[in-house]
Amino acid sequence: MEQDKLREWENKCIQEEPPECTAACPIHVDARLFAKEMGRGDFEAAYKVLARNMPFPGILGRICDHPCELRCKRGEVEAPIAIGLLERRCVESAAGKLRMQLLPRREQKIAVVGAGFAGLTTAWDLLKKGFQVTVFDRSERLGRSLWDIPESLLPREVIREELSVLETLKAEIRLGESLDGAGFEEICREFDAIFVDREVAGPDFALGVDGNGEIAVDAATGATGREGVYAGGGTGRCGAWSPVTEALHGRKGALSIERFIQKAQMGAGRENEGPFATRLFTNIAGIDPLPRVVPGDAGAGYTDDEAREEASRCIQCECMECVKVCLFLERYEGYPKKYARQVFNNERVIFGAAHTKNQFVNSCSGCGLCETVCPNDFHMGDLCHEARRTMNEQRLMPASFHEFALKDMAHSGGERFALCRHEPGKNESAWLYFPSCQLCATSPAEVLSSYRYLKERLSGGVGVMLGCCGAPAYWAGRDDLFRETIGSLRLEWERLGRPRVITACATCRSLFMEHLPEMESVSIWKVLEETGLPRSTCGSSGATVAVADPCITRHDRETRESVRRIAGMLGITIDELSLSGEKPECCGFGGLMYNANPKLAADVISHRVQASQTAVPAKPFSPPGGWYRTRRQEGTDTAYYRTEVKEHDYLAYCAMCRDNLAAAGKRASHLIELIFPAVEGGDPAGRGWISWSERRANRGRVRDVILRELGEKGAGNVAEHENITLSMTDDVRRRVDERRILEDDIKKVIHHAERNGKRLKNVQTGQYRAFHQQENVTFWVDYTPEANGFTVHNAYCHRMKIVGVMG
Amino acid sequence: MSGPEEAKEWSCAACGGALEIVKVGFTYMKGNFEVDLPACRGCGLVLVSEELATGKMADAERILEDK
Repeated sequence: MEQDKLREWENKCIQEEPPECTAACPIHVDARLFAKEMGRGDFEAAYKVLARNMPFPGILGRICDHPCELRCKRGEVEAPIAIGLLERRCVESAAGKLRMQLLPRREQKIAVVGAGFAGLTTAWDLLKKGFQVTVFDRSERLGRSLWDIPESLLPREVIREELSVLETLKAEIRLGESLDGAGFEEICREFDAIFVDREVAGPDFALGVDGNGEIAVDAATGATGREGVYAGGGTGRCGAWSPVTEALHGRKGALSIERFIQKAQMGAGRENEGPFATRLFTNIAGIDPLPRVVPGDAGAGYTDDEAREEASRCIQCECMECVKVCLFLERYEGYPKKYARQVFNNERVIFGAAHTKNQFVNSCSGCGLCETVCPNDFHMGDLCHEARRTMNEQRLMPASFHEFALKDMAHSGGERFALCRHEPGKNESAWLYFPSCQLCATSPAEVLSSYRYLKERLSGGVGVMLGCCGAPAYWAGRDDLFRETIGSLRLEWERLGRPRVITACATCRSLFMEHLPEMESVSIWKVLEETGLPRSTCGSSGATVAVADPCITRHDRETRESVRRIAGMLGITIDELSLSGEKPECCGFGGLMYNANPKLAADVISHRVQASQTAVPAKPFSPPGGWYRTRRQEGTDTAYYRTEVKEHDYLAYCAMCRDNLAAAGKRASHLIELIFPAVEGGDPAGRGWISWSERRANRGRVRDVILRELGEKGAGNVAEHENITLSMTDDVRRRVDERRILEDDIKKVIHHAERNGKRLKNVQTGQYRAFHQQENVTFWVDYTPEANGFTVHNAYCHRMKIVGVMG
Repeated sequence: MSGPEEAKEWSCAACGGALEIVKVGFTYMKGNFEVDLPACRGCGLVLVSEELATGKMADAERILEDK
């Protein structure tokens, strides 16, 4: 990934954009963090948040006209957070906390003409930057309009105390000045730059005026027509006096003066000075209304308790839309912007240092739900896919992440499954059925029935192609292998006369459409809608199911609708999941998540089927570090991620969805099982899990039956170890399958051990234990020889290679 | 870990000898390691227990894959 590409990715994720309150604030006070600290009762921390941006926080905190409240998202639920009142309570209780440091002084002398709130702010900012500041005013005291504010709100003592900071910072204060035209000219001669507070400006200052008779300024910089002279403030002279806008004008002037002195670019990077539109999206759906806390004594403002309660209403605006629907995104405790940077860094560090995001990059299912829910279309799958390709190019991809899946793919493309033939007795094909490796693996009888049905109902010949579409290679970022796979599929398809392809797996179809656009394809569901369903169908009529759309159909509305119409034809009622249609989740198979991160894949599917995880009402969300981490510390499995679980059986139309849902304990059937039931009146949703070994055997069965119908013989070569018969309990079968150990692997170990006698014997039980390294994996098997084969007690494996006994 | 206790549970079926704790070498992702494990010194048969394979060894593999 190049730097500019990273910027592009980072810019797409808006999680770090400021909340509405901050964007609406002329001086960008972090009101979200402020409210969080107030809600926690940490008024000192809250005060520090205010003091970061506010000049004279003891004053402004009491009198701010809080335009932030107008844009507060809580206000869209009922009433905005009373940020103004909270600030007042905060500065009242944290009185006298302001500490200012005197900076090394700069030589330049700046004059602030007029000690209104704008001028005072300019002085404050420039003093903090180390300039020598002299404040002029005609009046005998600093503050101007501040003194008109009721004392109950702004005690005189507070004004004096806060403004005394100027003297602490060594400002020169010159009060009672005449400030006429001549006096102003003298100031102009004497100082390096000047800020004029329009609340004080005299009509005889030689500065251009606008239509209202006010000193004309450039809105972006506060520059007047005269070099080195900036102006602002005086908001009360043509509308309501706005203290925080005064502060903005003063701050603008201070920054412009600094740039003027430094001869820096005056306008650069100032687009977002003052209130601006933020890109942050905050979903307020599901946020319960909470009435605004009304102070018991309106004049006195909030008590500490009232303030805490009111601040707790803050929803801590943030986006996190994608994290709320994706366990992968949540588990790594960040959000896409952060992840993009991590992925970028992961690629940079090539030699020696850690690639700590290797597993992360390979754990994304690529389902694209993030893109669907993202206000800005951030697709984590695209980011991860690119990173995987780079890892492969750099030869830094650990084999373990994809090896099992790629071997399974090799099986599907090999002599035990792959096949491409015209319909028996025909030498042309108008159609070509591509039932997919995984559907053949889990529903061989239904695939064969469906093929028979298609042959009956379609004319022009229905050929069949067994094989893999290349999805595992594609997901693994193995472009070489993927191109090779679809290249040979294409050749076979051409050999059969470019027939129209009928797919039973949405992933195959999606890849064909994208990478073999010349190959016209149609889903089997669409075909069956047109041909009508076979008469004998499963007794599912009258049932209610939830459709588990596969993630790959996110943009394939035609297929989703087709499936629902067929369900209707079967008399099935559908109760839709909230994450269906354009928003399905992955079952953990996509993107080879199950291979690179089996634990995550298991968690993904278990969250999708466990009723205890049923959608929880939305809670106020806070950025990682706050509420989120607290929940984690409490041992809550997920803080953001929520999914919905329904009691009904699930109806899948992706083989892997069906199998993964079933393996996690959910009653789930595949649509093909309802249309072409293997057993009349059976219960496909109760079929349960299926092992990887059975999957391979089933693929072989489909191939054998088709070859038999064609009058051909299957591939004859059976390796010696394959003749071994194994027996094991269901528990053992399940455990070894979860460890991705095939019965074939076990047979090889036993075969090897029995042939060369290299095995260990348990002195108590008499069981044997043997191991055998097969390519990158070493398999261990505990077994007992029996009259007709071997009983397997356990099997496990590791990837670390045994070099042997040392020394 | 595959320790002395485990060594006592198993014998080498090839020679009938007892297992003893010896240094066994492993390699993964360009890393080389030596671990004390039960093994038959004569036949070179080593014992990696299920606990070790699915525990510390799996953890080490994961760490090396993210390097």
